[in-house]
Amino acid sequence: MTSLTLVRRIAARPSVVFDLVATPDGLAAWWGPDDLPVVKAEIDARVGGGYRVHFRSQDGRDHEAFGEVLELARPDRLVMTYGYAFGGEPEEAGLTSRIEFELRPIEGGTELTFTHTDLRNEASKASHARGWTGALDKLVKRFA
Amino acid sequence: MVNYEGRDLDRVFAALVDPTRRAILARLEQEDGLSISAIAEPFAIKLPAVMKHLDVLGDAGLITRSKHGRTVDIRLSPDPLREAMAWLGRYERFWSPALDRLTVQAERRETELRATEGKEGTE
Repeated sequence: MTSLTLVRRIAARPSVVFDLVATPDGLAAWWGPDDLPVVKAEIDARVGGGYRVHFRSQDGRDHEAFGEVLELARPDRLVMTYGYAFGGEPEEAGLTSRIEFELRPIEGGTELTFTHTDLRNEASKASHARGWTGALDKLVKRFA
Repeated sequence: MVNYEGRDLDRVFAALVDPTRRAILARLEQEDGLSISAIAEPFAIKLPAVMKHLDVLGDAGLITRSKHGRTVDIRLSPDPLREAMAWLGRYERFWSPALDRLTVQAERRETELRATEGKEGTE
Protein backbone atom coordinates (compact mmCIF):
# COMPACT_ATOMS: atom_id res chain seq x y z
CA MET A 1 0.00 0.00 0.00
CA THR A 2 1.08 3.41 0.95
CA SER A 3 -0.98 5.55 -1.27
CA LEU A 4 -2.05 9.12 -1.32
CA THR A 5 -5.58 9.98 -2.43
CA LEU A 6 -6.74 13.50 -3.20
CA VAL A 7 -10.20 14.51 -4.41
CA ARG A 8 -11.22 17.66 -6.26
CA ARG A 9 -14.70 18.72 -7.31
CA ILE A 10 -14.34 20.68 -10.50
CA ALA A 11 -16.89 22.88 -12.30
CA ALA A 12 -16.03 21.48 -15.72
CA ARG A 13 -17.25 18.50 -17.70
CA PRO A 14 -15.21 15.27 -17.48
CA SER A 15 -13.89 15.53 -21.07
CA VAL A 16 -12.36 18.94 -20.29
CA VAL A 17 -10.69 17.62 -17.15
CA PHE A 18 -9.54 14.47 -18.93
CA ASP A 19 -7.86 16.43 -21.71
CA LEU A 20 -5.84 18.36 -19.16
CA VAL A 21 -4.32 15.08 -18.04
CA ALA A 22 -4.07 13.30 -21.38
CA THR A 23 -2.70 15.98 -23.75
CA PRO A 24 0.74 17.66 -23.85
CA ASP A 25 -0.60 21.22 -23.56
CA GLY A 26 -2.99 20.07 -20.84
CA LEU A 27 -0.22 18.56 -18.71
CA ALA A 28 1.93 21.64 -19.25
CA ALA A 29 -0.83 23.82 -17.81
CA TRP A 30 -0.76 22.42 -14.27
CA TRP A 31 1.99 19.89 -13.55
CA GLY A 32 4.60 20.48 -10.86
CA PRO A 33 4.87 21.46 -7.22
CA ASP A 34 4.75 25.22 -7.71
CA ASP A 35 3.66 27.88 -10.18
CA LEU A 36 6.75 27.73 -12.38
CA PRO A 37 5.95 26.93 -16.01
CA VAL A 38 6.55 23.38 -17.22
CA VAL A 39 9.61 23.19 -19.48
CA LYS A 40 8.27 20.47 -21.72
CA ALA A 41 5.40 17.96 -21.67
CA GLU A 42 4.72 15.04 -23.97
CA ILE A 43 2.15 12.27 -23.88
CA ASP A 44 1.19 9.55 -26.32
CA ALA A 45 -2.30 8.98 -24.96
CA ARG A 46 -2.94 5.31 -25.65
CA VAL A 47 -2.31 2.18 -23.63
CA GLY A 48 1.39 1.39 -23.88
CA GLY A 49 2.18 4.97 -24.89
CA GLY A 50 4.64 7.05 -22.92
CA TYR A 51 4.62 10.47 -21.29
CA ARG A 52 7.29 12.73 -19.90
CA VAL A 53 7.08 16.05 -18.11
CA HIS A 54 10.17 18.17 -17.62
CA PHE A 55 9.67 20.75 -14.90
CA ARG A 56 11.70 22.96 -12.62
CA SER A 57 11.21 23.48 -8.91
CA GLN A 58 11.67 26.72 -7.03
CA ASP A 59 15.04 25.57 -5.69
CA GLY A 60 16.24 25.70 -9.31
CA ARG A 61 16.47 21.94 -9.78
CA ASP A 62 15.34 20.25 -12.98
CA HIS A 63 13.13 17.17 -12.88
CA GLU A 64 11.69 14.88 -15.47
CA ALA A 65 8.81 12.59 -14.55
CA PHE A 66 8.06 9.87 -17.03
CA GLY A 67 6.05 6.70 -17.38
CA GLU A 68 3.78 4.51 -19.43
CA VAL A 69 0.03 4.63 -19.93
CA LEU A 70 -1.43 1.48 -18.33
CA GLU A 71 -5.14 2.17 -18.68
CA LEU A 72 -7.01 4.79 -20.62
CA ALA A 73 -10.76 5.27 -20.95
CA ARG A 74 -11.71 8.78 -22.01
CA PRO A 75 -13.15 10.59 -20.14
CA ASP A 76 -13.33 8.30 -17.09
CA ARG A 77 -9.96 6.94 -16.18
CA LEU A 78 -6.24 7.26 -16.81
CA VAL A 79 -3.60 5.16 -15.07
CA MET A 80 0.12 5.68 -15.66
CA THR A 81 3.36 4.51 -14.14
CA TYR A 82 5.38 7.26 -12.49
CA GLY A 83 9.11 7.56 -12.14
CA TYR A 84 11.89 10.08 -12.56
CA ALA A 85 14.28 10.19 -15.50
CA PHE A 86 16.20 12.79 -13.50
CA GLY A 87 15.52 14.93 -10.44
CA GLY A 88 12.83 13.94 -7.98
CA GLU A 89 13.52 13.02 -4.38
CA PRO A 90 16.69 10.97 -3.83
CA GLU A 91 14.71 8.11 -2.31
CA GLU A 92 12.58 7.89 -5.45
CA ALA A 93 15.55 7.19 -7.70
CA GLY A 94 14.91 4.10 -9.81
CA LEU A 95 11.50 3.49 -8.23
CA THR A 96 8.30 3.16 -10.19
CA SER A 97 4.99 4.06 -8.63
CA ARG A 98 1.58 4.58 -10.16
CA ILE A 99 -0.72 7.55 -10.62
CA GLU A 100 -4.44 7.19 -11.28
CA PHE A 101 -6.96 9.80 -12.38
CA GLU A 102 -10.55 8.70 -11.88
CA LEU A 103 -13.24 11.06 -13.19
CA ARG A 104 -16.88 10.88 -12.20
CA PRO A 105 -19.55 13.19 -13.58
CA ILE A 106 -21.36 15.08 -10.82
CA GLU A 107 -23.97 17.81 -11.00
CA GLY A 108 -22.28 20.84 -12.49
CA GLY A 109 -19.01 19.13 -13.26
CA THR A 110 -16.58 16.40 -12.36
CA GLU A 111 -15.27 14.73 -9.26
CA LEU A 112 -11.63 13.92 -9.79
CA THR A 113 -10.05 11.30 -7.55
CA PHE A 114 -6.30 11.25 -7.84
CA THR A 115 -4.35 8.38 -6.31
CA HIS A 116 -0.60 8.04 -6.15
CA THR A 117 -0.09 4.43 -5.24
CA ASP A 118 2.73 1.93 -4.81
CA LEU A 119 4.74 4.69 -3.20
CA ARG A 120 6.90 2.08 -1.58
CA ASN A 121 7.35 -1.12 -3.46
CA GLU A 122 7.81 -3.45 -0.48
CA ALA A 123 4.89 -1.98 1.41
CA SER A 124 2.65 -2.14 -1.61
CA LYS A 125 3.12 -5.89 -1.77
CA ALA A 126 2.04 -6.34 1.82
CA SER A 127 -1.34 -4.74 1.37
CA HIS A 128 -3.35 -2.62 -0.93
CA ALA A 129 -5.65 -0.87 1.48
CA ARG A 130 -6.18 2.79 0.88
CA GLY A 131 -7.79 5.79 2.37
CA TRP A 132 -6.42 5.33 5.86
CA THR A 133 -5.37 8.95 5.99
CA GLY A 134 -9.03 9.93 6.20
CA ALA A 135 -9.63 7.67 9.16
CA LEU A 136 -6.58 9.09 10.87
CA ASP A 137 -7.47 12.72 10.28
CA LYS A 138 -7.32 13.62 13.95
CA LEU A 139 -3.97 11.99 14.47
CA VAL A 140 -2.62 13.55 11.32
CA LYS A 141 -3.62 17.00 12.51
CA ARG A 142 -1.88 16.44 15.77
CA PHE A 143 1.35 15.02 14.41
CA ALA A 144 1.78 16.37 10.91
CA MET B 1 14.05 13.02 16.05
CA VAL B 2 14.94 9.48 15.08
CA ASN B 3 15.31 9.04 11.38
CA TYR B 4 13.30 6.02 10.34
CA GLU B 5 14.53 3.76 7.61
CA GLY B 6 12.28 2.70 4.77
CA ARG B 7 11.64 -0.69 6.34
CA ASP B 8 10.42 0.91 9.55
CA LEU B 9 8.13 3.18 7.59
CA ASP B 10 6.69 0.14 5.81
CA ARG B 11 5.99 -1.37 9.20
CA VAL B 12 4.20 1.79 10.31
CA PHE B 13 2.04 1.90 7.18
CA ALA B 14 1.31 -1.82 7.38
CA ALA B 15 0.21 -1.35 11.01
CA LEU B 16 -2.06 1.54 10.03
CA VAL B 17 -3.87 -0.46 7.35
CA ASP B 18 -6.00 -2.28 9.90
CA PRO B 19 -9.13 -0.44 11.19
CA THR B 20 -8.94 -2.02 14.65
CA ARG B 21 -5.36 -0.84 15.07
CA ARG B 22 -6.32 2.64 13.89
CA ALA B 23 -9.15 2.67 16.41
CA ILE B 24 -6.70 1.68 19.15
CA LEU B 25 -4.40 4.55 18.20
CA ALA B 26 -7.28 7.01 18.03
CA ARG B 27 -8.37 5.88 21.50
CA LEU B 28 -4.85 6.28 22.89
CA GLU B 29 -4.74 9.75 21.41
CA GLN B 30 -7.72 10.60 23.65
CA GLU B 31 -6.69 8.68 26.77
CA ASP B 32 -3.03 7.83 27.00
CA GLY B 33 -1.78 5.13 29.33
CA LEU B 34 -4.57 2.53 29.12
CA SER B 35 -4.41 -1.04 30.33
CA ILE B 36 -4.74 -3.87 27.82
CA SER B 37 -8.20 -4.83 29.07
CA ALA B 38 -9.35 -1.20 28.83
CA ILE B 39 -8.17 -1.12 25.23
CA ALA B 40 -9.90 -4.42 24.46
CA GLU B 41 -13.19 -3.38 26.04
CA PRO B 42 -14.92 -1.58 23.10
CA PHE B 43 -14.02 -4.29 20.60
CA ALA B 44 -16.00 -7.41 19.88
CA ILE B 45 -12.83 -9.46 19.67
CA LYS B 46 -11.05 -11.66 22.17
CA LEU B 47 -8.16 -10.49 24.30
CA PRO B 48 -5.52 -12.56 22.43
CA ALA B 49 -6.56 -10.87 19.17
CA VAL B 50 -6.13 -7.48 20.81
CA MET B 51 -2.73 -8.56 22.09
CA LYS B 52 -1.75 -9.46 18.54
CA HIS B 53 -2.77 -6.02 17.30
CA LEU B 54 -0.76 -4.45 20.12
CA ASP B 55 2.27 -6.51 19.06
CA VAL B 56 2.01 -5.16 15.52
CA LEU B 57 1.67 -1.60 16.83
CA GLY B 58 4.58 -2.18 19.19
CA ASP B 59 6.82 -3.59 16.43
CA ALA B 60 6.06 -0.52 14.35
CA GLY B 61 7.10 1.63 17.29
CA LEU B 62 3.65 3.23 17.46
CA ILE B 63 3.01 2.31 21.09
CA THR B 64 5.10 1.65 24.16
CA ARG B 65 4.28 -0.61 27.08
CA SER B 66 5.31 -0.09 30.67
CA LYS B 67 4.58 -2.35 33.61
CA HIS B 68 3.04 -0.91 36.74
CA GLY B 69 2.67 -3.67 39.28
CA ARG B 70 0.26 -6.16 37.74
CA THR B 71 -0.99 -3.97 34.93
CA VAL B 72 0.63 -2.85 31.70
CA ASP B 73 0.17 0.73 30.53
CA ILE B 74 -0.04 1.28 26.80
CA ARG B 75 1.01 4.66 25.51
CA LEU B 76 1.05 6.28 22.13
CA SER B 77 4.51 6.85 20.72
CA PRO B 78 4.13 9.68 18.23
CA ASP B 79 7.52 9.80 16.47
CA PRO B 80 7.00 7.03 13.89
CA LEU B 81 3.58 8.44 13.05
CA ARG B 82 5.04 11.90 12.65
CA GLU B 83 7.73 10.50 10.41
CA ALA B 84 5.16 8.64 8.30
CA MET B 85 2.98 11.74 8.00
CA ALA B 86 5.97 13.86 7.01
CA TRP B 87 6.89 11.34 4.36
CA LEU B 88 3.38 11.18 2.93
CA GLY B 89 3.06 14.94 3.33
CA ARG B 90 5.87 15.43 0.87
CA TYR B 91 3.81 13.79 -1.84
CA GLU B 92 0.76 15.74 -0.82
CA ARG B 93 2.73 18.99 -1.05
CA PHE B 94 3.69 18.01 -4.57
CA TRP B 95 0.29 16.95 -5.89
CA SER B 96 -2.11 19.14 -3.98
CA PRO B 97 -1.10 22.49 -5.57
CA ALA B 98 -0.81 20.76 -8.96
CA LEU B 99 -4.39 19.51 -8.72
CA ASP B 100 -5.51 22.96 -7.62
CA ARG B 101 -3.99 24.39 -10.82
CA LEU B 102 -5.61 21.61 -12.83
CA THR B 103 -8.95 22.61 -11.31
CA VAL B 104 -8.48 26.29 -12.20
CA GLN B 105 -7.44 25.41 -15.77
CA ALA B 106 -10.37 23.03 -16.28
CA GLU B 107 -12.87 25.60 -15.06
CA ARG B 108 -11.37 28.26 -17.32
CA ARG B 109 -11.59 25.93 -20.33
CA GLU B 110 -15.14 24.98 -19.44
CA THR B 111 -16.13 28.65 -19.36
CA GLU B 112 -14.53 29.23 -22.77
CA LEU B 113 -16.23 26.16 -24.17
CA ARG B 114 -19.62 27.31 -22.92
CA ALA B 115 -19.11 30.72 -24.47
CA THR B 116 -18.32 29.09 -27.84
CA GLU B 117 -21.26 26.71 -27.57
CA GLY B 118 -23.52 29.64 -26.71
CA LYS B 119 -22.46 31.46 -29.86
CA GLU B 120 -23.01 28.41 -32.00
CA GLY B 121 -26.43 27.98 -30.44
CA THR B 122 -25.76 24.38 -29.53
CA GLU B 123 -26.95 24.82 -25.99
